[in-house]
Amino acid sequence: MFTYVIRRLFYLIPVLLLTSMIIFTFVSVSGDPLGEIRRLPNVSQVTIDNLIEAKRLDDPLPLQYWHWLQAAVTDQFGTTLLGDEPIWPDLKRVLGNTLQLIIAAQILSVLLAIGVGVYSAIRQYSVFDYSATTFSFVGFSMPVFWLALILQVIFTNIYLNYGVRIFYTAQLSSPNPENFLFDRLQHLMLPVITLAVIGVAQYSRYMRASMLEVINSDYVRTARAKGLSERGVVMKHAFRNALIPLVTVVALDFGALFGGAFATETVFALDGMGLYFLRALASRDVYPVMAWLMVASVIVVLFNLIADIIYGYLDPRIRYD
Amino acid sequence: MTETEPRRPGEKTEEPSPNPPAESDQVSLREATPHSAATLEEPAELAAIYQQGLQIQARSQWQLARRRFFRHKLAMVSLLVLGVIFGAAVFAETVAPYAFEAQNFEDSSEGPSTKHLFGTDQLGRDYFSRVVFGIRTSARVAFLVAFLSTVLGTTVGAISGYYGGWVDNLLMRLTDLVLTLPPLAVLLAASALLGQGSPYRVAIILALVYWTTLARLVRGVFLSLREKEYVEAAKALGASDRRIITRHILPNTVGPIVVNATLIIGLAILVEAVLSFLGFGVQPPTPALGNLIAKGQGLIEQWWLVTFPGLTIVLIVLCINFLGDGLRDALDPTQRRVGA
Repeated sequence: MFTYVIRRLFYLIPVLLLTSMIIFTFVSVSGDPLGEIRRLPNVSQVTIDNLIEAKRLDDPLPLQYWHWLQAAVTDQFGTTLLGDEPIWPDLKRVLGNTLQLIIAAQILSVLLAIGVGVYSAIRQYSVFDYSATTFSFVGFSMPVFWLALILQVIFTNIYLNYGVRIFYTAQLSSPNPENFLFDRLQHLMLPVITLAVIGVAQYSRYMRASMLEVINSDYVRTARAKGLSERGVVMKHAFRNALIPLVTVVALDFGALFGGAFATETVFALDGMGLYFLRALASRDVYPVMAWLMVASVIVVLFNLIADIIYGYLDPRIRYD
Repeated sequence: MTETEPRRPGEKTEEPSPNPPAESDQVSLREATPHSAATLEEPAELAAIYQQGLQIQARSQWQLARRRFFRHKLAMVSLLVLGVIFGAAVFAETVAPYAFEAQNFEDSSEGPSTKHLFGTDQLGRDYFSRVVFGIRTSARVAFLVAFLSTVLGTTVGAISGYYGGWVDNLLMRLTDLVLTLPPLAVLLAASALLGQGSPYRVAIILALVYWTTLARLVRGVFLSLREKEYVEAAKALGASDRRIITRHILPNTVGPIVVNATLIIGLAILVEAVLSFLGFGVQPPTPALGNLIAKGQGLIEQWWLVTFPGLTIVLIVLCINFLGDGLRDALDPTQRRVGA
């Protein structure tokens, strides 16, 4: 297993190199990085020339790519175009915040989805099953940011009308909290609930589907025929195998959640990856944009690797050597 | 598992289900499938048939599909609701009580009432009218996305699957490439760097991201069907590649294509709403469902600004998903859930 992980990590190098090329090409063909600056009236030609010199923008594209790659590897993505500020400290901060949000949301939604999915499958076509299905369909059809806004409106109105602070509705922490952990929890809760509602809607369907498939398979019938208790059949024999499809989806969704988190972070003014990216786009600065895309791809491939490792744990037939 | 399983386009690919070519009529023997819902539902009718001696009803694939679709209650209700909503959007000028940009400062920031069904914003614009016109913009974007991504996906998939070899390799690696990039980030970057605003530009950017699922689906069907005897026969008769692709194989992909296009409309409405909400999609003053919601952001007291456009989106997308489900059940000939 250990050698497998090491080998996979080595395979990541060419993959990420290719990704970096694609990102660089995509951003380069999208427009002139200095376009916005050229339009500003108070920027002199000298400043622009200095920028071109500093970022080596008059080199041919492959050479520019090489400089960018060098900066990314040796100098932590280098500096921004405007103000020449280092990119990594900011990016590291927002990455941490977003990971807190996403991991909390994913854990909550997976736990709930497993419960809902398994129970729906065992009691197929029951009232509970139909309610869960309806909930899922509505969850699928709901824009994430709208749910976030509605939650924000509800909890702000509760606070304004009754003076009860259940959750904070914006930002990550209060200026001087007495209990940091509790304060952070109060802030993170609404974004987490938002993402979890969507997550449960999707994952519970996968869980239900794979659980139904497993429950109707031969080896489960055998387990029942042996006289095992229903609980033993479901928990020991069916459940573990039914988890495998869910693991794939959840791991792949970590990447997609950076997308889902754009809207959520915007609504709750949460200082995370999404807001960082939007700010970088608004300032038309290509360097933080490329750094962001690169970090996001690294996270996606890492979670794919984690998914593969968990497969091996869940399904002993899968061997890595 | 062919249950009412919600399936997002771009997520999970359907198994291609190559049905026999549409031209050949299939004989439906009701008696031959004792477990089909139709048999169980109408024993009296069946008995009558038996008394007359076996009577065989011939129905084409399309007739069967149409019957299955019309019996799908949820899909029919959804179709009706969508008809009303999109109909209102098409005839927005007559349906909406006010012009979408008409300002009336005497009624500004009012809650829902009989005069203003969905309330008004700070400028006193009637939100019901704005929502109706917003549906028109959003629907225009969504249908355009569905059309463009279907054309692109079908073309790439057909060429890739039919010719195989290096063409296939090249096109499929291109598809993988589009699939690996985080879609929303790419959309945001593309609309920020390429320029934004016009609904048409938004639609084109969306279509360039969302054609991949269909390309894979169509390729799958082509890969399996190009080896079939009837394709070989057509080749032996001297049919050109183009004729074989468009006449002999493509009709078999209509099922997945229609289902996918339907679901893409729902997805496009959601994604366009997010983009417009974040300020990278359709720009005000053109009303679109996303930027109508954005208008209400931070205005906690005026809850109606956020609520009604959002509920409209939920209703539209929900109906589209039900419709897509009904179509999938109807167009899949191996499907026996709804009797034909």
